[in-house]
Amino acid sequence: MKSLLLLSGLGVGAMVAELINIKRFLFPLVCLGLIATIGVSIYDWNTDIHLFNNMLRLDNFALLFTASLSLITLLWLIGAKKYIETETSISDKYALTMFTLLGAFIMVSYNNFTMLFIGIEILSISLYVLAGSKKNDLFSNEAALKYFLMGSFATGFLLFGIALIYGVTGSFHIDVVGEYCRANAGNIPTMFVAAIVLIIVGLAFKVSAAPFHFWAPDVYTGSPTMVASFMITVVKTAAIVAFLRLFFAAFGYIPGTWQAIISVITVLTMYIGNVTAVFQQNVKRMLAYSGVAHAGYLLIALVALTNLSGGAIFYYTLVYSIATLMAFHILYIVSDNKNEGVGFEAFNGLAKRNPLMALGITVSMLSLAGIPPLAGFFGKYYVFTAALEAGRYKLVILAVIASLISVYYYFKIIIAAYYHKSNKAPIELSPAHRFLYIASIFLLLFLALAPDFLIRWAK
Amino acid sequence: MEQQIVAQTLYGIPLNAYILLSAVLFSIGVLGVLYRRNIIIILMCIELMLNAVNLLMAAFGAFRGDSNGQIFVFFIMAVAAAEVAVGLAILVMIYRNTKNTDIDNMSKLKW
Repeated sequence: MKSLLLLSGLGVGAMVAELINIKRFLFPLVCLGLIATIGVSIYDWNTDIHLFNNMLRLDNFALLFTASLSLITLLWLIGAKKYIETETSISDKYALTMFTLLGAFIMVSYNNFTMLFIGIEILSISLYVLAGSKKNDLFSNEAALKYFLMGSFATGFLLFGIALIYGVTGSFHIDVVGEYCRANAGNIPTMFVAAIVLIIVGLAFKVSAAPFHFWAPDVYTGSPTMVASFMITVVKTAAIVAFLRLFFAAFGYIPGTWQAIISVITVLTMYIGNVTAVFQQNVKRMLAYSGVAHAGYLLIALVALTNLSGGAIFYYTLVYSIATLMAFHILYIVSDNKNEGVGFEAFNGLAKRNPLMALGITVSMLSLAGIPPLAGFFGKYYVFTAALEAGRYKLVILAVIASLISVYYYFKIIIAAYYHKSNKAPIELSPAHRFLYIASIFLLLFLALAPDFLIRWAK
Repeated sequence: MEQQIVAQTLYGIPLNAYILLSAVLFSIGVLGVLYRRNIIIILMCIELMLNAVNLLMAAFGAFRGDSNGQIFVFFIMAVAAAEVAVGLAILVMIYRNTKNTDIDNMSKLKW
C-alpha cells in the first residue's frame, strides 16, 4: 500500500512540478522516491497484507518484485536522465515512468482479475505515450501506433478470457478460481479451457512470446532507445510475474489443460527469438529479438511450476534486466541519439574509444549469453534446474541448444568492440554513466556469487 | 411494472444466446482488426471487441444475480475511454506527419 501511494504521489507530483516550476529537483526527488519504495518493501517484509477487499495481496513474492522493479527503474533513470531532460515535456516523462511502474507493481501483487486488468492498462497506456514521445520522428510514431494497436488487441483477448472464467466460476478472485480448479480438476468445462487459452494469448502478447512476438522488434526499434530499454526490462518482468501468479494460484491445479500450449509457445519463442537475432544487422533489433528469446527461457520456469520457479524467475529477471539495461545505455551513447538504431559497426574500436564501455558491453553480452562466471549463467542454471525438477528433460535440452545459438550474435558485438578498428574520437562519459556501468558490472559479478541467498527470499 | 416486464423478457432469452452473440461480435472485431487498413476503423473494431466483453460480463452477472460482473463493465468502459483518448492522440500525431490514416504507410520498421 505504502509503495503504491508513494508512486502515485511521485507521478502526480511530477506533473504538478511543471506548474510550480521545480523541474530541476525532479530527478533527485524521483530517485529518492524509488529508494524509499525499496525501503518500504523491506519494511513490510513478512507482513502479507491484503488490500481492497483482498484484491491486492502484498505477500513476500510481490514485495520482492516491487523492490527489484524499483531497483531496475533506478538504474534506468540514472542512465536515462540525459534523454529525459534534453527534450521537451520533462515532467510528463517522469510522471509517465512512475505510472508505468505503478502498473507494474499492481501486476506483481494482484489477487483479482480486476486488478490484473487495471495494472496492465495503467502500465500500457503510459507506455503508448512514452513510445511515441518523439513526436516528429516517423519511427517513433509507427512504434507507438503498433504498440497501441497490438496492446489493446491483446487486452481484448485477455478480457474475453476473464469474462468466460467469471461465467464458469462466478468470481474474479484468483483464490476462488483456484479453488474451483482444484474441486473440478477432473471435469473442466470447455468454456474454461477456452478462457485459459484466451488469457494465455493475452499475456503472451505482453511478454512478447512467439507467435505473438511480432510487434516487439518493431516497437523496440522504433521507440526512443531509452524507452525501449524500459519496456524490454520492466514490462517483461511485470508480465511474466503476472503470468506466474495466475498459474501458481489458479491454473496450477489443472496442468493438463495448458501445459502443452505453454511448452509449444516456450520452444517457439526461444528458437524464433534466437535464430532471427542471428540475422539482424541493427543492434537495437538484435537486442529486441534477444529479449524475445529471454522471454522463452523465463517461460520454461512457468512450464515447470515448481517451488523453485518463483525464485528462478526473480533471479533471472533481475540479472537479465541489469545486463540489458547496460547494453541499451551503451547503445544509446554509441548511436549518437539516432532513434532507429545502428549496425554492429558502431561498436567498432570501442575498446580504444572508451575501455569502461567496452568492458561494460562485454560483461553484459557474456551475462546475457550465459557464460559461467557471470550472473546470467546462474539465472539460466536455476531456470533449468526448476524444469529438471519437474521432469522436463526435452525442454531443457532444447533450451541449451537455443542458448548456444545466442552466443554467436552476442559475440558479434564483443568482437566489434575489441578487434575492429575505428577512427572516431574517444567518448567522454559523464560521472553518472560511469557510476552506472561500474555498478552494473559489480552487480552482475556480485549476484553470481550469491544466487542461493537471493532465491531463498522468493520461496 | 413495466420494468419487471422488461427484465422478464431479458431473462427469457437463454444465456447461451448472449454467449453466442458476444462471441460473434468479438470475432467480427478481431477480423476487423486483422483485415481493415484504416486506423480509425481498426480502433472501432477494438472497441467492438471490448463491447462484446462488456455484454458477456453483464449477461453473466445478471444470470448469476451477482453485481461483480456489471461493476467490471464500468472498469472496462473507463479504461477503454482512456485508451481511445491516447489512441486518437497517436492517430493525430501520425496524421500531422504523413497526412493520411492508412496503416500500410506505417511500414518503415521491418526485418
